[in-house]
Amino acid sequence: MVVAAFSDFMQQIVSGLASGGIYALLALALVIIHRSTGVINFSQGEMATLSTYIAWTLITNHGWSYWPAFVATLVISFGGGVGIHRVVIRPVERGSVLRIVIVTIGLLVAINGFVIWQWGGEPQQLQSPFGTDTYDVGGVVVAAHDIGTLAVALGIVFLLWLLFQFTKVGLALRAAAVNPEEARLTGVRVTWMLALGWGLAATLGAVAGMLTAPTVGLDPQMMQAVLIYAFAAAILGGIDSPLGAVVGGLILGVLLNMLSYLSQYGVFDWFTEELRLPAALLIILVVLLVRPTGLFGKPEVKRV
Amino acid sequence: MALLELDRVGARYGPVQALHDVSLTVREGEVVAVLGANGAGKTTTLRAISGIVSRSGTIELEGKAVKGGPEAAAKSGIAHVPEGRGTFVDLTVTENLKLGAYTRRDRSVKADITRIAEYFPWMVERGAQRAGTLSGGEQQMLALGRALMSRPRLLLLDEPSLGLAPLIVREFFRIVRELNEKEGLTVLVVEQDARIALKASERAYVLEVGRVALTGTSDELRGDESIRKSYLGY
Repeated sequence: MVVAAFSDFMQQIVSGLASGGIYALLALALVIIHRSTGVINFSQGEMATLSTYIAWTLITNHGWSYWPAFVATLVISFGGGVGIHRVVIRPVERGSVLRIVIVTIGLLVAINGFVIWQWGGEPQQLQSPFGTDTYDVGGVVVAAHDIGTLAVALGIVFLLWLLFQFTKVGLALRAAAVNPEEARLTGVRVTWMLALGWGLAATLGAVAGMLTAPTVGLDPQMMQAVLIYAFAAAILGGIDSPLGAVVGGLILGVLLNMLSYLSQYGVFDWFTEELRLPAALLIILVVLLVRPTGLFGKPEVKRV
Repeated sequence: MALLELDRVGARYGPVQALHDVSLTVREGEVVAVLGANGAGKTTTLRAISGIVSRSGTIELEGKAVKGGPEAAAKSGIAHVPEGRGTFVDLTVTENLKLGAYTRRDRSVKADITRIAEYFPWMVERGAQRAGTLSGGEQQMLALGRALMSRPRLLLLDEPSLGLAPLIVREFFRIVRELNEKEGLTVLVVEQDARIALKASERAYVLEVGRVALTGTSDELRGDESIRKSYLGY
C-alpha cells in the first residue's frame, strides 16, 4: 500500500512536470511579449491552437511525418507571429495599453473563428511523437509522452536562453525590451526586435500546442485553459522574468497534480478536476495581492 | 571641413516649436559646447541630430544628409549619450559595452573593450556586474564607454554633469578631453554647467528659447564678464 502510494506519488510528479513544462512554454511566450509590448497577449492560446491545426493538417492531410511537420510548424508560426506584430499590433503600439489589449482579445476571437471555420469544431487526434508507451522505472510507471514533453519543453527553454544570453540579436532583444529609446540610439531596430519577440512567442506557443494536443485532443478550445495556467505560472514567477515563467510553470503543474493526488487519499477530498482552473485563478489572485512581483520579479527600480 | 553642419534646423514637440533656425557647425577633432538655460533647446538640438524628434532644415554629417530615426544616425557614426546616463540597467557592464558596438560588423569588438579599459580599468574587472548596481558616476562613464564602442565619428553628450558630484564631473570631462587629444574624438556636448563645459571645449554656442543667441570660442565667452553674467549664470 505504501509502495503503491509512493509510486503513484512519483507518477503524479512526473506528469505534473510534463504539464508544467507546457505551462512554462506558454508562460514564457506571455513573458516575452509582456516585456517588449507591455501587455498580456490574450490571443496567445489561440495562436498556439492555430499552429497545432497547421501541424495536424501537414501530418493528416499531406502525409508528413511528425518531426518535419513539427519543424515546419515552428517556422510557419514564427513567420505568423512576426506578421501579426507588423500588421495588427504595430499600428496600435504607440497608443494606450488598453488598445493593444483589446486588439489581442480581437485576435483571440478572430483566430478562434477562423479555426472553427477552417477545420470545424469536432475534436481531432494528433499523435504523440513519443508514442503511448510507458516505462517502469523502479516501480514508477512513467509515460513516454510525459518524459518527451518535459524534455522538449526544457530543450526549447535552453535554446531560448542561449539565444538571449549569448547572441548579438539576443542582446538587442533584451535591450529593446527594457529600454527601447536608448536601444534605438545604439542602432538597434526596435520595431523589428518587437516583431521578432512576437515570432518567438508564437513559436513557443506552437510547441506548447503540439505537446498538449495528444493528451487532451485537438479542438478549437484546446488551449484556453492552458492559457489560464500559463498566465498563473507567469504571474507566480514574475510577469517579466523568463526564469520565473519556467519555474512557475513547473511548480504549478506539480502543485495542481498534487492536489488531485491528495484528494484521492482523502486529503482535500473536495478537490475535483473541475477545481483545477479556479485553483489557478486563486493563485493569480493571491500572488498579485501578496507578492505582485512574483517569485523572481524585480520591483521596478526608478531613477531618482 | 565641417564634420557636422546644422543649417536652420527647427524641431517641434506636437504644437510646441522647440527649436527655431539653429545653425551650427562642428569641425573634425573639435569639442564644441552648447550652453543655455533650462528649456533653451539644448537637449532638443541633440535629439534633432539623432532623429528622435521630427525636424526641419538640413543636418549633414561629412557632407551627407542625416535622415531617418536614431537607428540610422547610429549607423552613420553618431553616438548619442542621452540625458540621465543612458545605461541599460538590466544588462551587465560587458553587455552594455557590446551593445555599443551593435552597428559594427567587424570582429575587433573584444579588442576594443580592452582599449576602452585603458580609460576605465574597472569596466573589465567588473564586467559581469549589472549596470543598475553601479554608482551614478560609474553609469555615466559606462554610457561614455558604450558610445566609444561604436567607434563614433561624432559623440553627442547630453548634460553629462547632471546629478553627479563635482569631482566626478571633472573626472568625466578630463577623460573626454583625453579622448579628444589622443584619439581625435569629435564631441558636441550640451551642458547646463557652463563653467566646466567652457573649460573642456574649444568653441561654444549659447541657446536662448530655441535660437542661437551667441557663439564664439570658449575662451572669448569665458573672458567676457557681461556674457557670463547675462547668459551663463556665473
